[in-house]
Amino acid sequence: MNTFYFVIQQTMFFAIPLLIVAIGGMYAERSGVINIALEGIMVMGAFTGIFFINIFQSSLSGQMLLLLAILVSGVTGGVFSLLHAFAAINMKADQTISGTALNMFAPAFAIFVARMIQGVQQIQFTDTFHISKVPVLGDIPIIGDLFFQNCYVTTYVGILIFIIATIVINNTRFGLRLRACGEHPGAADSVGVNVTKIRYAGTVISGILAGIGGLVFVIPTSTNFNGSVAGYGFLALAVLIFGQWRSGKIFFAAFFFGIMKTLASAYSAIPLLKDLPIPKDVYKMIPYIATLIILAFLSKNSQAPKAEGIPYDKGSR
Amino acid sequence: MKRKKLFQGEGIVNFSSSLMAIIAGLLFGLIILLISNPSQAWNGFMMIIQGGFTDGISGIGNVLYTATPIIMTGLSVGFAFKTGLFNIGASGQFTMGAFAAVLVGVKMTFLPAGLHWVVALIAAMAAGAVWGFVPGLLKACLNVNEVISSIMMNYIGMYGVNMAIQEFCYDQVKNQSLPVAAGANLPRAGLDKLFPGTNLNTGILIAVIFAVIVYIVLNKTTFGYELKACGQNPSASKYAGINAKRNVILSMVIAGALAGLGGALLYLANSGRYLQVLDVIAAEGFNGIAVALLGLSNPIGILFAGLFIGHITVGGYNMQLFDFVPEVIDMIIAAIIYCGALSLLFKEMIHKFQQKRTKKSAANGKGDK
Repeated sequence: MNTFYFVIQQTMFFAIPLLIVAIGGMYAERSGVINIALEGIMVMGAFTGIFFINIFQSSLSGQMLLLLAILVSGVTGGVFSLLHAFAAINMKADQTISGTALNMFAPAFAIFVARMIQGVQQIQFTDTFHISKVPVLGDIPIIGDLFFQNCYVTTYVGILIFIIATIVINNTRFGLRLRACGEHPGAADSVGVNVTKIRYAGTVISGILAGIGGLVFVIPTSTNFNGSVAGYGFLALAVLIFGQWRSGKIFFAAFFFGIMKTLASAYSAIPLLKDLPIPKDVYKMIPYIATLIILAFLSKNSQAPKAEGIPYDKGSR
Repeated sequence: MKRKKLFQGEGIVNFSSSLMAIIAGLLFGLIILLISNPSQAWNGFMMIIQGGFTDGISGIGNVLYTATPIIMTGLSVGFAFKTGLFNIGASGQFTMGAFAAVLVGVKMTFLPAGLHWVVALIAAMAAGAVWGFVPGLLKACLNVNEVISSIMMNYIGMYGVNMAIQEFCYDQVKNQSLPVAAGANLPRAGLDKLFPGTNLNTGILIAVIFAVIVYIVLNKTTFGYELKACGQNPSASKYAGINAKRNVILSMVIAGALAGLGGALLYLANSGRYLQVLDVIAAEGFNGIAVALLGLSNPIGILFAGLFIGHITVGGYNMQLFDFVPEVIDMIIAAIIYCGALSLLFKEMIHKFQQKRTKKSAANGKGDK
């Protein structure tokens, strides 16, 4: 039973960042902008967030510091994604290319700044955020063990973001307009929706969430930041496609990948898997192989937004 | 004659848009240097600009050596671009090729010296081709987005190679692959004498030869024409009876083989570089994207773009003299790609403008001017 608790608790660490970033990706893509730059935005968000913690950890600590760092990461991600939005929306550039540029830029920037300022590229931080047991809730049998022990506040922030994002995209006027811009921008424009504005909003929301996702990924899984989020942005894209661009399915997809990733990183702590004569690299490969196989089955009837990746040209209405 | 003029115009537009992207990228680099260390910024920047020329003839040799693998990955990405595919998986194909070459180099010592490296190169191309084949097949038959599938292949390849190195050719002490047999190293053919103090070998010549081959295939054969047709208008080419599925797969296979060869050319250079067992995606693949974009997917353009990126990379190493971190080069390359994405639009604008002008002058009866 303890192993089971452990796996679920670990899964949270991996699934929540995927969930946040994939939901971010959903906002960009359903507004009609392909955001392959999620990986780079995550790196930027994680970088500024961790750097913020590194600077202020002497004067602040605990959940307050973490929440502030989340704010910093979100703002960074939002600002960084403006570059992509500008290229994709105003300049009608190839969105894959501009995304690739951001992906290349972010790790180089993080390492460059870290080395220029502190000499080494790893940014250390002290983990004062770990919650061994949430008061009251942690005492509930089974559920308390699963979700309210050995956790981080980021888990609940992530769930909260997911719930709000789902409601906004499905049940608000803004959400409806955003979805319209991704499916048929011409129709949206003809009834007075400002496609440019909506697409900017979608991309910036994706940037904010990806920035937060970067920090949320690094905090529970490491004690330093080394200019990389280990391909999580790309995995989040896969989660987005696996989830068919719908928030409910994305939730399950994220947890599916979270479990896969947990098995890859924590298999040595699981007695059953530890005894199998499989090299560790096989476990690391499994999430990616699973992605390929799932994509192969799902892509035939893809429910991708129709106008995704196509710059909106008023003249072609 | 009018046609020739138009072509000339297009060449100039293409070239100038690439040049603009480069200038903007370099300016961006200068700004970063100025912010991080104003007093040394200009010296550091000059180091980047001078690149290989700082160290005279051996510096040029280093540029050629650095450029070799990224020319190959650039050709790979560029070739796929021509068919309308974005081969972001060049990194994985590169790694697979490098591993296959090293494995042949370490294990198949029974081969005679003259043949050993040739077999290693062929193995590398085959391994890269397999890694390109998978996304190609998935794209053609199951409509899987090749960007996502090749990213997944990058990770699978990286972990797979890490595992395979430890299984077959592992140097435990240094956590890297074993050195290849002497016969598997690419012949130097006197190039190390011509450029003393460098690791230059026939790799650069092989890269040039392949650039020419790719140019011929794309521009002088029916097959190349079909590939380009599929890239520019899939529906029209289907209507014309071109087998689009086959072409997508073939294009990815060839792109994979080119990237795989790049891996072999780097790791068979006898330059003290070994495959490291690290969880890091090979950067050469991403630099290949930059090279292909700068070279506008034209094989000859890619050749020069590769030399340019090699040039500023060497400059980045030299810049460490002034206490700068070489990562600034990656930032410059990223900025160049970003501006490249914008300059595609710029190019189109000039093009439209030109078309308008020719139309106008034609209407005025001065068509020849």
